[in-house]
Amino acid sequence: MESGHIIEIRGLTKKFGTFTAVDHISFEVGKGEIFGFLGANGAGKTTAMKILCGLSKPTSGEGKVAGFSINGEQEKIKRHIGYMSQKFSLYADLKVWENIRLFGGIYGLKRKVIAERTDAIIQSLGMQDWKDSLVGSIPQGWKQKLAFSIAMIHEPQIVFLDEPTGGVDPETRRKFWEMIYEASDRGITIFVTTHYMDEAEYCDRVSIMVDGQIVAVDSPKVLKEKYAAENMDVVFRTLARGSIRQ
Amino acid sequence: MKEFFKLVGKEFRHIFRDRRTMLIVLVMPVVQIVLFGFAISTDIHQARVDIVGDIQDFQVRKIAERIDNSQYFDVVSEYRSVTSVDDRFRKGKADVAICFEQDFSKKLETENTALIRIIGDGSEPNSAQMIANYAMGIIHEGTRELTPTVEYVYNPMMKSSYNFVPGVMGLILMLICSMMTAISIVREKEKGTMELLLVSPVRPLWIIVSKALPYMTLSAVNLVTILLLSRYVMSVPIRGSLLLIALVSLVFILTSLALGLLISTIASTQRVAMLISGMGLMMPTMIFSGIIFPCESMPVVLQYLSDIIPAKWYIILIKKIMIEGVGMTYIVKELSILLFMVFVLFWTSIKLFRTRL
Repeated sequence: MESGHIIEIRGLTKKFGTFTAVDHISFEVGKGEIFGFLGANGAGKTTAMKILCGLSKPTSGEGKVAGFSINGEQEKIKRHIGYMSQKFSLYADLKVWENIRLFGGIYGLKRKVIAERTDAIIQSLGMQDWKDSLVGSIPQGWKQKLAFSIAMIHEPQIVFLDEPTGGVDPETRRKFWEMIYEASDRGITIFVTTHYMDEAEYCDRVSIMVDGQIVAVDSPKVLKEKYAAENMDVVFRTLARGSIRQ
Repeated sequence: MKEFFKLVGKEFRHIFRDRRTMLIVLVMPVVQIVLFGFAISTDIHQARVDIVGDIQDFQVRKIAERIDNSQYFDVVSEYRSVTSVDDRFRKGKADVAICFEQDFSKKLETENTALIRIIGDGSEPNSAQMIANYAMGIIHEGTRELTPTVEYVYNPMMKSSYNFVPGVMGLILMLICSMMTAISIVREKEKGTMELLLVSPVRPLWIIVSKALPYMTLSAVNLVTILLLSRYVMSVPIRGSLLLIALVSLVFILTSLALGLLISTIASTQRVAMLISGMGLMMPTMIFSGIIFPCESMPVVLQYLSDIIPAKWYIILIKKIMIEGVGMTYIVKELSILLFMVFVLFWTSIKLFRTRL
């Protein structure tokens, strides 16, 4: 990419009838960056993220994700991104290795590559003992790690994490962020939504969405200075105060 | 394409891993056929007979006595006017009326035959037919010259013979294709795995097809089971072409799949999906498809309502092909209706599926 940005969005708008869920947002994300996408429920986060993932089309505006246009190149975008949902969804009635193999297959990897990566994932997570267990029977923390690894099985350029740490204990959350940093070190861009404001501090840069608009994009440090706040929680509450949708 | 087969494999694995559900699905048609087949009682016990005609007439009295003496019948009333039969049936006071023409004995002597008519209560088609057959047997046995004409009120065509086999076919295919497909899609929505599939490069259409294919296979297995059972255990004839049965069934399977897809777009949880397919599909199918009640004896409004139930048309088609043994030219109307339904349902559900994404 010419600018070194892996995500570039200009004037992205999504309307549902008369309701404008996402209202002319613009931002960019650099390669290897950990980008926090913050906003209260209903602020338009999910809608915007769906467009970035190639799941829906914008009403207007343009942008590129992993070098492909969000207007018309959705299928190509999908090949180059990974996605992990809020519930770290995997198939509970399939075994650990079956889940890995399935998603490898869905992304069109060769049989040999799938076998290699399956071993690699199980090795690096230390899940040898769980390999043949049904995913439904393994603890949440392991499921979360597994889901994250599977989201990266096709070596995507960007991984979208939709509230990846909901419902897990602080220790597991901390370990999970270690995995995120590792991935980021390997050059994978992390696009993460969260409503834990302490997690926002871990991001390189964050954007804050209020009522469909992005009201701030910067590093947590700069934002805290700008709003003279001691932490991101205060920044967020200052910015979200004027929200109409809340 | 390779990605697609991976998905199909995964769907099969879901099914095989859920042993209990799979067992139910495979055994259900057997149980239903056997249950419906044998539960329809073949025993007639003291059916109530009305004698309509001149009971003073020697021959009439002779036949009436013979009927009354049989273990199957009880003569409960005698009267002269056929118009009362309807009233008696409606009040549930008689099961069958046997009518003799005027001057019965005299006619029998001079012309060597006389008119005798058995009127059955067609609202209970199975027993009505049985009763009529028994009565006919008794009359014929005593007086060779007599061949009664049989007629049924409320359901003159007696369309319920072998009703249950096509009925069960419709029910099972509907159940598996609609309900199971709907539930399996909704389950993925509920668990959040649908999102994962949607953000993958596999196209949404293929995701749906991969869901439908295993259930189509299961229904095919069921279809074969039902046909074998009904042919060799229940001795229901298969007079028409098997190929035509397969074709018609395929169309119906597609209709059910489309319905399942439609339900999956409306329902947000598995429970809701189950309720909608249970109440919205199974009940009307049971009631309107003529499995339990013949459509002909329903109020006109309900008959019109039954026209929108796909299973009704499928059951008619199967009856025509299996029992009547007709070919393509005779089923064009019903098949067109079913095809039209497939088209409309698929169009609606795919449109809805896209917008709800």
